[in-house]
Amino acid sequence: MEILMAFLIGILFMSATYLMLSKSLLRIIVGTGLLSHGAHLLILTMGGLKRGAAPLLGQHAEAYADPLPQALILTAIVISFGVTAFFLVLAYRAYQELGTDNMDRMRGKEGNE
Amino acid sequence: MNSLIILPILIPLLTGIILIFFSKNIPVQKLISVISSLLMVLSALYLAVAVYQDGIQTMNLSNWEAPFGITLVSDMLSALLVLTTSVIALACLLYSFRSIGKERESFFYYPVFFFLVLGINGAFTTGDIFNLFVFFEVMLMASYVLLVLGGTKIQLRETIKYILVNVISSALFVIAVAYLYSVVGTLNMAHISERISQIGQPGIVTVIAVFFLLVFGIKGAIFPLYFWLPGSYYAPPAPVMAMFGALLTKVGVYSITRTYTLFFYHDTGYTHGLLEILSIFTIIVGVIGAIAYSDVKKIIIYNVIVAVGVILFGVATLTEESLAGSVFYLIHDMIIKAALFLLIGIIVKITGTSSIKKMGGLIHQYPGLAWTFFIAALALAGIPPLSGFAGKVLIVRSGLESGNYWGAGIVLLSSLFVLFSVMKIFINVFWGSPRAYRQQEPVPAKWLLAAPAVLTAFAVLYGLGTEALYPIISLAAETLSNPEIYINAVLKE
Amino acid sequence: MKTNDLILQTVSKVILFLIVLFSLYMFFAGHYHPGGGFVGGLMTSGAIVLMLLAYDIKTVTTILPVDYKKMIAVGLLFAAGTAAGGLLFGVPFLTHAFTYVDLPLLGKTSLHTAVLFDTGVYLVVIGVTMTIIQTIGESE
Repeated sequence: MEILMAFLIGILFMSATYLMLSKSLLRIIVGTGLLSHGAHLLILTMGGLKRGAAPLLGQHAEAYADPLPQALILTAIVISFGVTAFFLVLAYRAYQELGTDNMDRMRGKEGNE
Repeated sequence: MNSLIILPILIPLLTGIILIFFSKNIPVQKLISVISSLLMVLSALYLAVAVYQDGIQTMNLSNWEAPFGITLVSDMLSALLVLTTSVIALACLLYSFRSIGKERESFFYYPVFFFLVLGINGAFTTGDIFNLFVFFEVMLMASYVLLVLGGTKIQLRETIKYILVNVISSALFVIAVAYLYSVVGTLNMAHISERISQIGQPGIVTVIAVFFLLVFGIKGAIFPLYFWLPGSYYAPPAPVMAMFGALLTKVGVYSITRTYTLFFYHDTGYTHGLLEILSIFTIIVGVIGAIAYSDVKKIIIYNVIVAVGVILFGVATLTEESLAGSVFYLIHDMIIKAALFLLIGIIVKITGTSSIKKMGGLIHQYPGLAWTFFIAALALAGIPPLSGFAGKVLIVRSGLESGNYWGAGIVLLSSLFVLFSVMKIFINVFWGSPRAYRQQEPVPAKWLLAAPAVLTAFAVLYGLGTEALYPIISLAAETLSNPEIYINAVLKE
Repeated sequence: MKTNDLILQTVSKVILFLIVLFSLYMFFAGHYHPGGGFVGGLMTSGAIVLMLLAYDIKTVTTILPVDYKKMIAVGLLFAAGTAAGGLLFGVPFLTHAFTYVDLPLLGKTSLHTAVLFDTGVYLVVIGVTMTIIQTIGESE
């Protein structure tokens, strides 16, 4: 199972890198989304994939799942949700203001003016 | 349990929330923000005194015992940085009152400003590696908004790049934490340090150490990863630039310092050797940029990179003396960079340009501005009685003692070039014959000068009072160089 | 272009209440079961988005004259207030308290300060989501 997850995470990172290297702003944002998905799955895999009861008192189970990676993922998902939403709004505003979503044409003139 | 430790985090949080309700009433916003940032300075001061007298302060959030829940830890370094942050925030806030403009003020400038402070203070205080990530994100989220607020073309363009770089580095942070968790099985920083000591830092931990260097290096702008900084910091207005230049990169530097003294100190030949080489390259690149540009903003921005290199060189040397030097220099640099960014903000506002070739003769009209800038410039370069000197001396001396003549030499030489780069500004901007500038609106130069003048005065006092401050700084360095103190304070109360 | 969205409008009038009710159920279920403020909030804002799709921004703002930015602030105040409230009782930040009470009809019910915190989360999620959607939608 861990091997399978490793492949999945690898594919996610690969597609994310490919998308982020493209010129269209929207593709770049989708790429960042995939990148954070990969990172979240990596946390889950690194915490150890195992079956078990919820780690609560009174469950009397043989094995318990590790709650920490799940808590971490939840936090990271919410954060990346916020950042992606902000990024989308910003991209939309930039598209309106600069008239293009092509990163090449967005480049400033000499210096930073 | 001492609830003092949470106040520098809680006050900006509550202030930020309350300010949202008064988004249309700017005078009330100003009043509330001044009061609460004064409270923040006071609570940070009390916290620093408490840490100095009673040792490291901790708080287990939600009342979970130390390695299981999130712990806030305030050692001397954290307390000092929180205090410096609060003071700089107050100065930038006062500066903002007359310079930031109605439009930004009614678009949540002050609430977001306080959320930024919340993130910075939180990152300095937390004792949990994942919580550090969360505070980083709070800080970054606020910085995105501050960077784009105003919505000019250059801001939109630079913000896109800045967000993209930071999203990638945040993903790397999550990945690094995941790897670390799989090896040590804990997130509490003290507990991580203990576990790594038990397993004796095998190769995989060294890989994770380099990973963390990569993550914090992007935030802190070290040598190969500084590329985003000159563009992004160029775009926003002066007070935001001051907050970014003085504080944001320093959070990255602090994180490197913390992880490389608390976690990864077993295989120093590799990890700290790498850090040393990178820090020297960082200094060189920063110096080249500072000399090459003839744009006031760019010169100071590249000086930020130089300072990052100097501080990290002290961390890489890893003796108690060099760490004391780094802490000295870190605090000096935060204060003086804030002052310089605010000063060049005034210059740019007066002249309407940031190229030094189009300026001249400001000393006739604004002598106060000129001399404040002169003192700040000398302090930046580390001329003896001023701040910056003590830190650099300690860093260079311990570099020489550990036999790294090249590194120490470059740190020394860099001071000379830094001095040259800021004197270039001074000579071109303030000397010469006055020119006529197109001013859209009158500049309240006296009001604006107050904040950087006070910061510069702090820097001077910090330099003159080196002898008196040394016990405090060496206490911070002692905690850094003996991880047991930190571990014992957190885990065995 | 004038589109005929009679079916969407009619259906959404009915569905809307179901979604909001289910989101409230999710919110309260989060006490001891899967659910909570985040999911509940997202679902409620989903209902509002459905309304936006079926009608237009003007109609929706007359039905729901809410400033979503203020809503974020209220939610944050709930969450931060609950978290900081513990400090007044001499326990660390974020410490929660709970008790059991016997209510008529419901029987033995637990009262937990985490509900206040979750209310904050619920409001923040609705506020943030709707602010984002309005920002993009308004400029069209």
